[in-house]
Amino acid sequence: MRVVFKTSYDKDIDLHEHGQSRAKIAVLLAVMVALPFFVGNYYLAEAANTLIWALAGMGLMVAVGHTGQVSLGHAAFLAIGAYANAALMNAGLPFLLTFPIAGIITGLFGAIIAVPAVRMSGIYLAIATLAVFVIVEELVILLEPITGGVGGIMAPSITIFGISFDRYASLENFYWLCLAVVAIVTWGYANLMRSPTGRSFLAVRDSEVSARALGINVTRTRALAFGLSSGVTGLAGALMGHYIGFFNYELFSIFISINLLLVVTIGGLGFIQGAFLGAILITAVPQAISIARDNLVGIGIDLSGIPGLDTMIFSLILIGFIIYEPTGLYGRWLKIRTWFEIFPLARKDMFRRQKSYLKTERMK
Amino acid sequence: MELLQLVIGGLANGCIYGLVALGFVMIYKSSEGVNFAQGDMMMLGAFIALGFGNTDQMGLPFGLAVMCAMVLMFGISWGVERVVVRQIFGQPQFALVILTIALGFVFRFVAGSIWGYTPLVLETPFAGQNLRGGGIVISLADLVTIGVTLVLTVALWAFFAFTKIGLAAQAASQNQMAAYIVGVPVMRVNSLIWGLSGAVATVAGVLYATRGAIDPNIGLLGIKAFAAAVIGGLGSLPGALLGGLIIGVIEPVAGRYAPGELAKMSPYIIMLIVLVTRPGGLFSQIQMKKV
Repeated sequence: MRVVFKTSYDKDIDLHEHGQSRAKIAVLLAVMVALPFFVGNYYLAEAANTLIWALAGMGLMVAVGHTGQVSLGHAAFLAIGAYANAALMNAGLPFLLTFPIAGIITGLFGAIIAVPAVRMSGIYLAIATLAVFVIVEELVILLEPITGGVGGIMAPSITIFGISFDRYASLENFYWLCLAVVAIVTWGYANLMRSPTGRSFLAVRDSEVSARALGINVTRTRALAFGLSSGVTGLAGALMGHYIGFFNYELFSIFISINLLLVVTIGGLGFIQGAFLGAILITAVPQAISIARDNLVGIGIDLSGIPGLDTMIFSLILIGFIIYEPTGLYGRWLKIRTWFEIFPLARKDMFRRQKSYLKTERMK
Repeated sequence: MELLQLVIGGLANGCIYGLVALGFVMIYKSSEGVNFAQGDMMMLGAFIALGFGNTDQMGLPFGLAVMCAMVLMFGISWGVERVVVRQIFGQPQFALVILTIALGFVFRFVAGSIWGYTPLVLETPFAGQNLRGGGIVISLADLVTIGVTLVLTVALWAFFAFTKIGLAAQAASQNQMAAYIVGVPVMRVNSLIWGLSGAVATVAGVLYATRGAIDPNIGLLGIKAFAAAVIGGLGSLPGALLGGLIIGVIEPVAGRYAPGELAKMSPYIIMLIVLVTRPGGLFSQIQMKKV
């Protein structure tokens, strides 16, 4: 059992509770930076993909996990980010400029949507974002001069200060670029969550009425959270566009939205770490399935004839998590860690869910 | 005349959206949850009816096949509620949204594994029969669709407004614990309503199948049915039908007079307009709590 000795009030809101957790993050970052020297191109590309998904997952986490706004339309923001970035780069602007602009455009779009959407609660917001997604998908086809319509658009290769960050020609550089973006966003996100703004997000999530009573402007907070959420997702979209290389509207299907929801729920709602765990799961499971499929062929079982098996397995994992572990992978990890930390004192019902009853949302 | 023809076709289409929306609304009325798998339940119902009715499958007469499919879907939905949905009883709505999305994929996979992904046609007694009058052609299938929808809507509305179980379901959706206290068997009512919504989904699926081929992905129609339910205001049965009709009529009309993409967007644009102006839908049931 560790006792954290606090010598000032500021320690209560420190980013890291104690030096050991800071050291752990530093080691993790060092390993990630050194990764290109140890693994081949295939796994490096997968790692970059995981980082991009984690970035998108963090975007959604701000809305779903920390402000309690369910969005079924985040693929739309990925699309806006990707198209904005690619279109601006095709217009001749450098990546260092287009990348943040893509994030800002997406964020503004998200905030504009959020202004009417924040009047809706729960289920209505989820459906409204779904509608926004469909509208954006059709808009992408309509705005052919910018987006290439049905044919798609090419994300030009990235060059910063004469160094190539092309996804194929210099994969290491592209990976480091993704890593840097993810590290900066994570650091900003973690800091946001200990600022008054971040705390007000949590207050709005937990109880709108009491948040309002504490003097929080609920509408503004929710719009800000949604804008931030879509902005970060837009950044992820810009990187995803470069990762895929050549893309059209089909890349950003409704399934991407649902996969993103999967990332945050399976990873653990309300934890930044959850976005990473979920992203690892969502990129690793298809690989595991294809490897398992190859091995099963060896012993005489052929699964390649069954289409949609991947989605089916994802769905079952998701159902299992919703029912048995609603706090996700990170929540499970926290429970295991607590068990070890207080070793002989853990009790069976320590984490039992409280029995709860649904109350109507039609009364506000 | 052309417009009238479009409107009639649209009404029949809208009835199907309305029927799927009725399924949402029923579940919303009883547990204030939204079943995102409703479209896939419709798809599964249509395929089960096809499995019972088509000559190359079991070859039962059409009416009997539909009845069997409704009973089977009632059982499946009831079982899904008993086994899966009940596990998250009392959890926030968000959990149910994700759970039912996943369930929808499971349904789609099951239907795809049994009946394959190539479109199939359900054999119906009224295929290809048309009524003509004054330059307008109305297919018998459209008339049946409109008639069945009207009857079902009225019947369900009466069920929720007048029967004991219907009222109990509404009580359970407002406050589960209070419903328990006044003696409503909340969980049993929920199971029953899920079963009923499965049967309604089957009717919607069969009616959809009379108008064209079906494949496991027609469940995506559920998204449009949401728009219908939301326009009407979740929780209002006549509202759901009205929303379905609005969407059903506007879609072909917009498709005729506006670019195709705009027509595809039109249901969602209408829905957003309704949500922004009246956040609870046309027949809003949101009330302010008086403290």
